[in-house]
Amino acid sequence: MEKFQTLTSTCVPLPIENVDTDQIIPARFLKATTREGFGANLFADWRYDKSGQPISNFVLNNSTYSGQALVAGKNFGSGSSREHAAWALAGYGFKVVVSSFFADIFKGNALNNGVLPVVVSDVFLLELFAAIQVDPTTTITVNLEQQTISNNASGVVETFEINPYKKECLLHGLDDIDYLLSKKDAIEAWEKAH
Amino acid sequence: MTKRTLFDKIWDAHVVTAVPNGPTQLYIDRHYCHEVTSPQAFDGLRKRGLKVFRPEKTTLSPDHNIPTLLQDQPIKDLISKHQVDTLTRNANEFGLTMYGLGHSKNGIIHVIGPENGLTLPGMTIVCGDSHTSTHGAFGSIAFGIGTSEVEMVLASQCILQPRPKTMRITFNGKLKSGVTAKDLALYMISQLTTGGATGYFVEYAGEAIRALSMEERMTVCNLSIEMGARGGMIAPDETTYYYIKRREFAPKDEAWDKALAYWKTLPTDEGAVFDRAIAFDASAIEPMITYGTNPGMGISIHSSIPTLDEIDPAGRISFEKAMTYMGFTPGEKIEGKSIDYVFLGSCTNGRIEDFRVFASFVKGKKKAEHVIAWLVPGSWAVEKQIRAEGLDKILEEAGFALRQPGCSACLAMNDDKVPAGKYAVSTSNRNFEGRQGPGARTLLAGPLVAAAAAITGKITDPKNI
Ligand code: SF4
Repeated sequence: MEKFQTLTSTCVPLPIENVDTDQIIPARFLKATTREGFGANLFADWRYDKSGQPISNFVLNNSTYSGQALVAGKNFGSGSSREHAAWALAGYGFKVVVSSFFADIFKGNALNNGVLPVVVSDVFLLELFAAIQVDPTTTITVNLEQQTISNNASGVVETFEINPYKKECLLHGLDDIDYLLSKKDAIEAWEKAH
Repeated sequence: MTKRTLFDKIWDAHVVTAVPNGPTQLYIDRHYCHEVTSPQAFDGLRKRGLKVFRPEKTTLSPDHNIPTLLQDQPIKDLISKHQVDTLTRNANEFGLTMYGLGHSKNGIIHVIGPENGLTLPGMTIVCGDSHTSTHGAFGSIAFGIGTSEVEMVLASQCILQPRPKTMRITFNGKLKSGVTAKDLALYMISQLTTGGATGYFVEYAGEAIRALSMEERMTVCNLSIEMGARGGMIAPDETTYYYIKRREFAPKDEAWDKALAYWKTLPTDEGAVFDRAIAFDASAIEPMITYGTNPGMGISIHSSIPTLDEIDPAGRISFEKAMTYMGFTPGEKIEGKSIDYVFLGSCTNGRIEDFRVFASFVKGKKKAEHVIAWLVPGSWAVEKQIRAEGLDKILEEAGFALRQPGCSACLAMNDDKVPAGKYAVSTSNRNFEGRQGPGARTLLAGPLVAAAAAITGKITDPKNI
């Protein structure tokens, strides 16, 4: 996994609530047997029309907005457990998703793929959406070590929560399997005892 | 002694290590696996040069990406075929049990696990699929995981999980006749919203839950994820033991007695504390249907769609988007709306009792001519039982035909896609945009409301026929 330390980036705004993983990557794109290539179909049904032409008013097709941070409405990533959603976001180039609330499985999947879900307050989120609307070049800075996110247009800084273990993993680019494989003795001991 | 919940008891019994300041390393008793969320996990094992650590604890079944007609012939869609073949190849290479296409035990993984006695009380169960929560009906901790986690389980039979909070949802009173477990669940999700139980593991309790059959309990636990819960569970009781006892892989003889004695210690201790507890009056629940694009957008079949004023300001963009997508107007009645498709099936409502309910309703009636109905058993065992009970004849006389088992139109990875703009009353679990095909408009309901819609061609209260 790639390391994550700090990121300063412009934002792609998606002010919709309850964006489910079926929207992030529709089921018909889940037929692949590798992790690559999902970025091209990120938000496919919002991004392309039936004939495969870009829908101009969807934010990913609007060159005004770009960046490695997706800013989304409350309860992002609900529904299906498909990790393909995290692969699609990472494949497209997002390193951070900012929202006021994330679904559990999505959050875990994102962290396992080096995409950092940053939970902010409702107020911070609304102000960020407003700032991006006024000025699409608005940037945010996410500092994982400090656990802070700043809206660089207003200067408002918030701290965010992250599990200390997951933070270490991201900072150093480690994944859970390395940990689990190092615990084989404990696993066998547990099995013996049960 | 400290009072513990059902969840606490199972969780505590499966802790291998605790990462300092981090998640718990949890031992997994049963791992289910399907073709869509596993190939990258097996690739991961190959890249690391690892074997499957405990092959006997993993069971595979292709279900998501398979046709529901002509399963004896090669899959026509070559990309789908490759994915299903990849599962077979991985099963062979890693020495895992797989119930492939055509096998008498094949079916939707959440249907065949319980059916064969692989799902038992007190277990920890995972699968790369959010509806793994279904298995919680047996009094197990069962939850969906991502593909990276599938790889962890294959490699170590363990997973790293932060301990969720606990919630008890009690349903007091009795369900009215004509109200199904699906209605109960859709009602609950409409009250709590799609994110209302995020971060929690839910235990369902109360008179109305105790009165449910195992299959109905599975329907309720299945839908836990639709309100964001990590999982849902119901304490085992006589209903549970009776269901399990006749199953092929359930413990036998002395092992049964021993297991039973353990299971009986599992129910939540009197006075145990939940992080959150809520209660509903089951007798107030009416047949439900969804009108929007997430499972929380449900109403009683007699109600009107909310008006914009009734929606929280922050949610209005999403609500209006849903209204446009569904072709509905805020404030209008849902009853009487014309529909085009009916889907009976999925891990939510694709078991024998669902087919019994559907068949007994349509018996002696005729399917509305314009309605296309897909009746898809959850497994081959369900299919066999449908035929054994003669339900297939009843369905046929009413103008319905059975398809072959699989997830089918629940997620429309195969050809069972509802065309853009068409309305489908579905017994499945998700009404997200495009879930049943690009542009498809899904109305989630129970098998009885689905049967009524199939007969009248409209959204209809089953009681009125
Ligand atoms: S029936 Fe639907 S919800 Fe259930 S496992 Fe299949 S796709 Fe998932």
